[in-house]
Amino acid sequence: MDQKDLKAIIEQVLSEMHITGDTAKAATAAVQEACTSGTCSQIEEGCIPDVTEVDIRTQYLVKNPEHGEEYAELKAHAPCRLGIGKAGARYKTMPQLQFRAAHSAAQDAVFNDVDHDFVEKEMGLFIVQTQCDSKDVYLTRPDLGRKLSPEAVQTLKERCKKSPTVQIYVADGLSSAAVAANIPDLLPALLQGLQSYKIDVGTPFFVKYGRVGVMDEISELLDAEVTCTLIGERPGLITAESMSAYIAYRATVGMPEARRTVLSNIHRNGTIPSEAGAHIAEIIKIMLEKKASGTDLKL
Amino acid sequence: MILKTKLFGHTYEFKSLREVMAKANEEKSGDKLAGIAAEDAQERVAAKVVLSQISLNDIRNTPAVPYEEDEVTRIIQDGVNETIFSEFKNMTVAEFREWLLDENTTGTMIRRASRGITSEIVAAVCKLMSNLDLIYAAKKMRVSAHCNTTIGLPGTFSSRLQPNHTTDDPKGIMASVMEGLSLGCGDAVIGLNPVDDSVESVARILKSFDEFKNKWEVPTQICVLAHVTTQTEAADKFNAPIDLMFQSIAGSQKGNEAFGLNGKMLEEGRDMMLRKGTSTGPNVMYFETGQGSELSSEAHNGWDQVTMEARCYGFAKKFQPFLVNTVVGFIGPEYLYDSKQVIRAGLEDHFMGKLTGVPMGCDACYTNHMKADQNDIENLATLLVAAGCNYIMGVPEGDDCMLMYQCTGFHEAAALREVFGLRPIKEFDMWLEKMGFSENGKLTPKAGDASVFMTK
Repeated sequence: MDQKDLKAIIEQVLSEMHITGDTAKAATAAVQEACTSGTCSQIEEGCIPDVTEVDIRTQYLVKNPEHGEEYAELKAHAPCRLGIGKAGARYKTMPQLQFRAAHSAAQDAVFNDVDHDFVEKEMGLFIVQTQCDSKDVYLTRPDLGRKLSPEAVQTLKERCKKSPTVQIYVADGLSSAAVAANIPDLLPALLQGLQSYKIDVGTPFFVKYGRVGVMDEISELLDAEVTCTLIGERPGLITAESMSAYIAYRATVGMPEARRTVLSNIHRNGTIPSEAGAHIAEIIKIMLEKKASGTDLKL
Repeated sequence: MILKTKLFGHTYEFKSLREVMAKANEEKSGDKLAGIAAEDAQERVAAKVVLSQISLNDIRNTPAVPYEEDEVTRIIQDGVNETIFSEFKNMTVAEFREWLLDENTTGTMIRRASRGITSEIVAAVCKLMSNLDLIYAAKKMRVSAHCNTTIGLPGTFSSRLQPNHTTDDPKGIMASVMEGLSLGCGDAVIGLNPVDDSVESVARILKSFDEFKNKWEVPTQICVLAHVTTQTEAADKFNAPIDLMFQSIAGSQKGNEAFGLNGKMLEEGRDMMLRKGTSTGPNVMYFETGQGSELSSEAHNGWDQVTMEARCYGFAKKFQPFLVNTVVGFIGPEYLYDSKQVIRAGLEDHFMGKLTGVPMGCDACYTNHMKADQNDIENLATLLVAAGCNYIMGVPEGDDCMLMYQCTGFHEAAALREVFGLRPIKEFDMWLEKMGFSENGKLTPKAGDASVFMTK
């Protein structure tokens, strides 16, 4: 709207309010002055809707589609970013912002550390670290993420129960968000499940900068029959909160990867944490009976 | 071969050509992980200086894995045209670099040279190239190939439509195929990475692609990216229609073994395609590569990831592929740390593929644990088009929900064509016009409306 339009509108409003003559002129001038100096944009009450709450399966932004209903039904079968239309040969603004929001969650899940207070005070787990001393080292040196630091070895020897039937521990892996989102339900459900089977469980703890493979050293160190790690998965854009459980019978350093049993996709829109906990307990029970894991174990 | 130089009066002495080749690389986290990278920036330059003075003959005589031990080496060395090699063998790497960049050196001349050099020579000259050098030299080299249509012709730029789905749901996959086509994507290939790589499932998806392609008369090729043996079985047992046979490949025999692969299997796969495949040919193979895969399977023999990647292209060339692309940022930050490294690697791989003589594309991509974002990958895609890259990928808004990584979206190829004045493959371009999705190389308002395919 240019100045002239604005002036016309104000004059019309004033005339409808029966304000005329000098008063009207003064009012018009004042409003115009305020707008050109930018002071008429007022901060309003309200909240712009959360772009991450949009269901991508049902969002349909194509203008005047030929057979929109049929395609909307078809695309509901895909979790991908379809039916998003275009602006020229580029994206419309809303899907672009949705994408950026999803990626921001993924990046923060990878690059932010798990909150120590949450782990220690709320989850009641003590923290040990691998040989990685920073997130950067963790991301570029997978070999160091598979080895405990000397301090960690010492701490585990001092604080953990020896030779447990099952050793459970949590690791950040590639998603701190997965730990925060799932562990409060997952870990109690798992421990409860094992208790109901009367299976002996060792002292749980948290491994910072941990890769899956560190479970082998932990298993040997504590002489556990079954070792189970609950670890954050590499985030995708659908969710940054997905967690996996890797479980192995008598894990040893250097054993083939095929000896691990995996339950992945644990998050609120996948296998929900409390159900996953019960399921993992059941897997462990079978593992103890069959004395095998991974491809050696038919579930 | 002299392996010693001075920089600012400080002496640098290298023990082997292998060490020089590794240290002459631009910085990559994968070379550091392997423990073979230059100690600092100055040592990196010293290695480049030493490498620049080595003759192509010396480089040919030092393959990354010995001839007797490795079939990839044998395929590369046995494929060299000795007459052409003898014309180049006394050049230093520096001279070869300048010959490639020279205004009098044409694409045709480089294409001929490709037949007389080994992958280690390709890698060596790459290490002396700046990013713009890689673009400038690659721009001269057009490598085209024919399956049902011809890819890589001047003035064209193509894309693979990658309709991946978390559960291979046939409806979900087709929704993606339709939207991609409506945005001008898919002239290189419609190619799915399957979740379920059982023979039955692969055959079922191929049949659905074939049916759609025929119904709508789409001039392109179709492919399901399963293992070569699975595709062969799908064709043999279920008469699955295959236009292009896919396989991931590595730059050493041991690396290929990690993929459950050897040269004989590719030879047999290609023979099967020529006998039973649905495409016109003669180029019926599709290969994917990526820096770092040899190190991850401990099959690099102490060599750097650029050299091992070059050897993938040397291996690929034997099987006369229609498509070869590096999946450049898929492997993760322990091999390519950030956007700077992935952009460099994308340009290196494209250049090396073209110099080898294979029709090169690139999956410009990144994972969520890399320090890169969509802006970086759009930058890389733009640089690749400037370099004359044959094709990039297209997935819905660049987000592959199945492989959990991000690459280029359906909209990117179309936008880049408009920016650079390029067109899709001719028959496909005409089809897009016929369907009303594009006009004179520009998307129409109708583009992006996948629902037009819901009529019959």
